[in-house]
Amino acid sequence: MILPFLFLMAGVNFEEKIAPVLTEHCLPCHGGAKTLGAVRLTTNISVSRVVAPGAPEKSPLYLSVESGKMPPGGPPLAKEQRDAIRDWIREGAKWPAGVVLDGSRLPVDERALVSRLHERIVANKAPAAGNMVAIPEGDFVMGSTNHKDEAPPHKVHIDAFWMDKYETTWDQYRQFMFAKDEGVDAVSRPTRPYVEMSFGMGIEGYPAISMTQHAANKYAEWLSQKTGQFYRLPTEAEWEYACRAGTATAYSFGDDVKQLANYAYFAANNGGKYQKVGSKLPNPWGLYDMHGNVMEWTLDQYSTEFYAHSPASNPWNQATKPYPHAVRGGSWQDPAERLTCSARVASDPSWKEQDPQLPKSIWYETDAQGLGFRLVRPLKIPSVDEMYKYWNSGVEKDN
Amino acid sequence: MEQENRRNFLKTSGAALAAGFPALVRGQASNAIKIGLVGCGGRGTGAASQAMKADDYAELTAVADVSQEQVDKSLEQLTKINGAKVKVEPKNVFLGTDAYQKVIDSGVDVVILTTPPGFRPMHLRACIDAGKHVFCEKPIAVDAFGVRDVLETAKLAKQKNLALVSGFCWRYSNYIVATFDQIQSGAIGDIVAYYATYYTGPVKPMPPASTRPAGMSDVEWQIKNWYNFQWLCGDSLVEQAVHSVDKVAWSQNDKPPISCVAVGGRQIPAEGGNIFDHFEVNYLYPNGVRAFVASRQIENCWNENADYILGTKGACTIGRSPMPKIAGAKDWTFEGQKYDMYQYEHDMMFQSIRKGQPINNGERMATSTLLAMMGRMSAYTGREVTWEQALNSQERIFPEKLDWNGSMPVPPLPRPGVNKLY
Repeated sequence: MILPFLFLMAGVNFEEKIAPVLTEHCLPCHGGAKTLGAVRLTTNISVSRVVAPGAPEKSPLYLSVESGKMPPGGPPLAKEQRDAIRDWIREGAKWPAGVVLDGSRLPVDERALVSRLHERIVANKAPAAGNMVAIPEGDFVMGSTNHKDEAPPHKVHIDAFWMDKYETTWDQYRQFMFAKDEGVDAVSRPTRPYVEMSFGMGIEGYPAISMTQHAANKYAEWLSQKTGQFYRLPTEAEWEYACRAGTATAYSFGDDVKQLANYAYFAANNGGKYQKVGSKLPNPWGLYDMHGNVMEWTLDQYSTEFYAHSPASNPWNQATKPYPHAVRGGSWQDPAERLTCSARVASDPSWKEQDPQLPKSIWYETDAQGLGFRLVRPLKIPSVDEMYKYWNSGVEKDN
Repeated sequence: MEQENRRNFLKTSGAALAAGFPALVRGQASNAIKIGLVGCGGRGTGAASQAMKADDYAELTAVADVSQEQVDKSLEQLTKINGAKVKVEPKNVFLGTDAYQKVIDSGVDVVILTTPPGFRPMHLRACIDAGKHVFCEKPIAVDAFGVRDVLETAKLAKQKNLALVSGFCWRYSNYIVATFDQIQSGAIGDIVAYYATYYTGPVKPMPPASTRPAGMSDVEWQIKNWYNFQWLCGDSLVEQAVHSVDKVAWSQNDKPPISCVAVGGRQIPAEGGNIFDHFEVNYLYPNGVRAFVASRQIENCWNENADYILGTKGACTIGRSPMPKIAGAKDWTFEGQKYDMYQYEHDMMFQSIRKGQPINNGERMATSTLLAMMGRMSAYTGREVTWEQALNSQERIFPEKLDWNGSMPVPPLPRPGVNKLY
């Protein structure tokens, strides 16, 4: 008669009953960047230090939640949660192979920081400085029938914004990389690179390269804080709208690929490296190097399905995973067909391959030497919540 | 598509392994290769992940570090990437300076040595004595006692048919290999000079002394900040710029130089550490060939990591553009797809173990380390140093006895003209 009883006792489902409780109530102090009291609760190994399999009464994990000592200063766990932990330990505290609980999250003060920044930006009546081009509100046909991932062409409405006339240069980006400590409101900034990031291709007047999308987002946040104006990466739709500049041809100057060398650095004329920004002809709206030189980050997750059901107004396919993101314009390393207004590139983990460390840097794509970005400033200042989402993709860690 | 091809290449090589090769050790029932990781920092975690990817049946079963938190974070990362191949049980997590031996004794087949380099000779000897295959990060010692020890251990590894793969990773980079193939087949004629630069920012600088926890021993504090101490890292030339020194050695077919003269010093405050932040070494090779290696680790300066190899019929430049270039009788540049050298060195190692023809980089990794070390000796003393003097040096930098709770006074920064050559 013992067997049925054991059967009833057995089987606390780790994924359903244990993992969510640990993640929500324990990991804020015992996971991610925090290891309070030298305790982590993320893997079978770290949990083994506070759990005696089969003996909840000897397990600090159970004792501390049962007594209400943990979580500290908050309401105790519900009785069924405490019982689930007790039973799970009694049954041997089985931790499924290959499972790790992810306690990583942005520090809470990022939200407070964005909120303070938002207030400043809204209050700021000074005109924006810098080299941006006004892009009027309007409609255009996004995509093409040239490639599967550019189809279907679909009509999109875009609100007005300003866009950088040039790709972001090392002169600008290095101020962010090597900025001195900026006090409590410091936007998080890149770690020091191990290798020389221009790879000898030139600094002054040359485009910044090899940064992650997260790094470009943080540069935008940093610049917004510096200037009191709101900057962010363009959405994929905004980028294509600005690149086309009212045209509907493959390139913003038409379809004649023979003219491309007047407008762009690409595989056929690159001289073995990227070149100074703004040294070719601009597009009809006055934007330089939209075709070639460096390909440019956008905010969007790259998706071959999104165009089919894209919202008609200001679409943005928000990222839910680190790869792939949409990158546009082609680079000095690419053939002509990768430089068209509608051509799309998907970011790839191989762009970080030479990073020998784990976790891999969230700042550098050491192997993407044709990858850069430029920023936009929307006419309408977004809400705090939108600002937070523009600057914090939440998917910057890709291990 | 090119990237796709490269991935397929790696994948295919892995699949071939899984299908065809016999069990690792004769008589062993399972096909698993058990890996032990000694040193769970960023590089160790990376190497362990690559090792697990290198073979379908490779799994991590034991780890060692001096910090429990480091172990926990490392295993979190590895579990995220390598999933159920991480098979470390609580009883196989070892902490402390003797933890390496416990990993070795836990029944692993391969050990990854990625602690600070001062410990390397001792760890390596213990692994080879116990019959383990080893992946061993560069450099392999901090003084000539360590180099001589490793040279012996490398011979022993050969006798025992054990793999000994070093982290001099450029030797496993397809495009750098292709470049040296070109040079060695005469694309620039005979080499007359080699100029290598390793100008970077500071690496892991000392934190303020005020952040040292009360009661933390000298030894623990210094290990925590290992890059700043000669006895742990061997100095910046030996720990970092040694990658460039290794390429110099490669260009000379790993034959030793006659001598070298070097300068070096410290421009920015050492904050309690005792390593130099810049060096320049001038090596003299037979036939008058000269090799110059310059390094600096100071912020806001010219950064460059490049190699300029000058020959009688042309020149090769590595590092001033994404791909190496040769300007000579016939110009050349690498046009294939680069693949991940860190992964490739593990792929090759595990493949060699499966084949029963284990790779042994032992002698080469010892001589490249000594080559950097002789530059350091010359910079510290202000003397010309011959290869024989370096190889026979009696200067002991890593202590013979180490007590985790012990004191460890930091010798002052070396002064050329005052420091003696031993």
